[in-house]
Amino acid sequence: MSHPILLRGSIQRRLIVQLLSGAALLAGLMFFVVQNYARDLAGQSQDEILAASVTAILDSASVRDGDLTVDIPYFSFSMLGNISEDRVFYAITRNGSFLTGYPDLPKPAAATSTGPRFRTATYDGESIRLVTATRRMSVGNQPDFIEVTVAQTRYGLRRQLAGISRTVAGFGLGFFALAAVFGIFAAQSAIQPLRQLAGSVSRRGLSDLRPVSAPVPAEMESLVGALNGFMSRLKTSLSRSEDLIAEAAHRVRTPLTTVRTQAEITLRRVDKPENRQAVREMIRAIDESSRAAGQLLDHAMVSFRSDHLETEEVELGRLTRDAVARLVPMADLRDIDMDLTIPEEALQVRGDPILMQSALLNLMDNAIKYSPPDSRVHVALRRVGTSAEVSVRDEGAGFPKADMGRLTRRFVRGGNTDTVVGSGLGLTIAHEVARAHGGQLFLTNHSEEGGACASLSFPLS
Amino acid sequence: MRKFVFSLVLILLGGLAPLPGQTFEIEDHISVGPGNARQVLRVISNGDAVFFEPTIREFLADRPDVRVEYTVASSAELMTAMGDEGLEVDLAISSATDLQTKLVNDGYSLGYSSEITQRMPEWARWRNHLFAFTQEPAAIVLSRRALVGLPVPQSRQELIALMRDHPDRFEGKVGTYDLRTSGLGYLFATQDARTSETYWRLSEVMGSFGVRLYCCSSQMIDDVSSGDLTVAYNVLGSYARAKGNPKDVIVILPQDYTIIMLRTAFIPKTSKAPTLAGSFIDHLISRGWEAAPGAVSVAEENAWTQEAQALRRIRMGPGLLVYLDALKKAAFLKEWSSAVLQ
Repeated sequence: MSHPILLRGSIQRRLIVQLLSGAALLAGLMFFVVQNYARDLAGQSQDEILAASVTAILDSASVRDGDLTVDIPYFSFSMLGNISEDRVFYAITRNGSFLTGYPDLPKPAAATSTGPRFRTATYDGESIRLVTATRRMSVGNQPDFIEVTVAQTRYGLRRQLAGISRTVAGFGLGFFALAAVFGIFAAQSAIQPLRQLAGSVSRRGLSDLRPVSAPVPAEMESLVGALNGFMSRLKTSLSRSEDLIAEAAHRVRTPLTTVRTQAEITLRRVDKPENRQAVREMIRAIDESSRAAGQLLDHAMVSFRSDHLETEEVELGRLTRDAVARLVPMADLRDIDMDLTIPEEALQVRGDPILMQSALLNLMDNAIKYSPPDSRVHVALRRVGTSAEVSVRDEGAGFPKADMGRLTRRFVRGGNTDTVVGSGLGLTIAHEVARAHGGQLFLTNHSEEGGACASLSFPLS
Repeated sequence: MRKFVFSLVLILLGGLAPLPGQTFEIEDHISVGPGNARQVLRVISNGDAVFFEPTIREFLADRPDVRVEYTVASSAELMTAMGDEGLEVDLAISSATDLQTKLVNDGYSLGYSSEITQRMPEWARWRNHLFAFTQEPAAIVLSRRALVGLPVPQSRQELIALMRDHPDRFEGKVGTYDLRTSGLGYLFATQDARTSETYWRLSEVMGSFGVRLYCCSSQMIDDVSSGDLTVAYNVLGSYARAKGNPKDVIVILPQDYTIIMLRTAFIPKTSKAPTLAGSFIDHLISRGWEAAPGAVSVAEENAWTQEAQALRRIRMGPGLLVYLDALKKAAFLKEWSSAVLQ
């Protein structure tokens, strides 16, 4: 019996999502960190080369013939052209007054220390980086301050950064893809022990309630412990109810047999017709109780074994023959002949032989009970397609038409059975056995000669 | 001097004023293409019109609705017109690589990129604004007649030695650019000075022979051809090969080092037809320059390696701004004047 299982989420999916979002976060973080770092680095190298250019120009300043001259070296600008194709601007001032270069260049950063000063500004509609340095000269004992600013646009920087961004983005994506593969792999391998456990439990035989012995990861210890505990409780409770059934059968049947024997002895001693009648009534009631107890226990046994069906190969011909043989003495008591037809071929089915026999015995018992004296019960086994069918037919009144649909229910008896001892469980047992084996129970009335016919079919193995 | 104020002349002749509102001096002007053309490409250049006319005609061959107005001005005038006056033209062509670089650096240009410009060598373009299309060497041009019986000098050192050994042949017959008026002359001289101290020795020797100063290569070549000059120094090799009759002139690419100038073009910010100008740049780059002797297309990386060992190609970039600095230029011209004008 499989109940629908409510599902909420998936551990594997959750693991994958968490690992992937972690990887995406890390990849994004890496992208921004590296990009920032690259921006600093690229900016720094531009600053350095601009500072070198400024220094070269300052170094060319000298006092010649009592006056200050600045002779801009060729390489001070040409080296700027080596790293990028950026536009270059410059301005040289002496004691604050403009000497040469681009007079409208933005003012340099205010002097805070002796080293070069850096500033980013806008000139001619473009972002430029300005580097400025000042040097104190001495012309005729007069202090003379010469200030050099060299500036450059930042296309090269931007292009370099764009290139780095592309590369880093590529790395980030690759990193993410790799992490995704690892994540999926990790999630799957994390789930693997669970799958293995489920597989090994579902592959077990129906009555295999041994504890799980294969090694499991530490995280599954409590689950497997609980499972093992549950199985051991189940095993205990199953064996207890088996014991109870056997015990009950024994305890109920044995005293009833004693009581019946005593009642028959009493019957022989009693002479008064009204007393004899009373004792007969008593014996009849005892029979009814005994039979009912037997069938109840039978039914309990059938229910139990059907729920925990253990199958084996069963040859149906032998089983049927055995069942008939067991009931022939009882039929003889009532002067009823049993008539058995079995095909030559062996009909093999998979099933629980005890249950099947119980079903057959119940059907035959019914047939004998409801047969008029001096009649026959016909038992026949035959192959019908891919099934084997055992039919048991009597020559009695047949099933009452109105009751046909409900006769297989528990404790329901036909309307014409008042005179016969019965519990109403026989057909129920046969029906449940048939169902447990994937077979069917058909109830029909024989059309020509009358009589009830019960057919039990099992799929052939 | 061959400078005229052409605009007035053109207006008097009923021609089209090529560049309205201009105040700079122009040297020449040609108009190629139909008068009623739908599109006009206005080019300002310091290249002689006769050299460029074939190129323009090729360009117009499959563009029937385009007219090219080609105006010639000196590189210095071009600089003034572009930089200070904000002249509205569609293309600026000049052999003064340094001035062109400064104009681009100072933001007077538009960027341009095409399959052709992307294919050209790195050194032939700067910032995708300035594009070189020919490389032309600075040559020494000698008069064959004046040198009869003397070895032909192959380097500056040999030239100096020859001049010292035969002062009679060189006295008053030495010519070079007047750096104060010629942008190209100034560029060649500064690159010379940057390369070797020999330049200053040569200048002093030329000065001692009463050097004659010129504005333009063409006139030096004319004077060498006619025998008025024995030697002209730093002449544009392309013009010398094109104009000079080999019977009269010897064109030498000095073995010690040869300065290679890049003739460049850029699209000014003021251009009204930048797309057409871009196509013209593509045309200038992809056109083979075999037709103009001495000029070599930028596609030929290793031009002249047979003739000259040490090629020094002028590198476009901020380095060229150095000698254009006002202080630096004044100092250089002062030094040059004291060497040459003795």
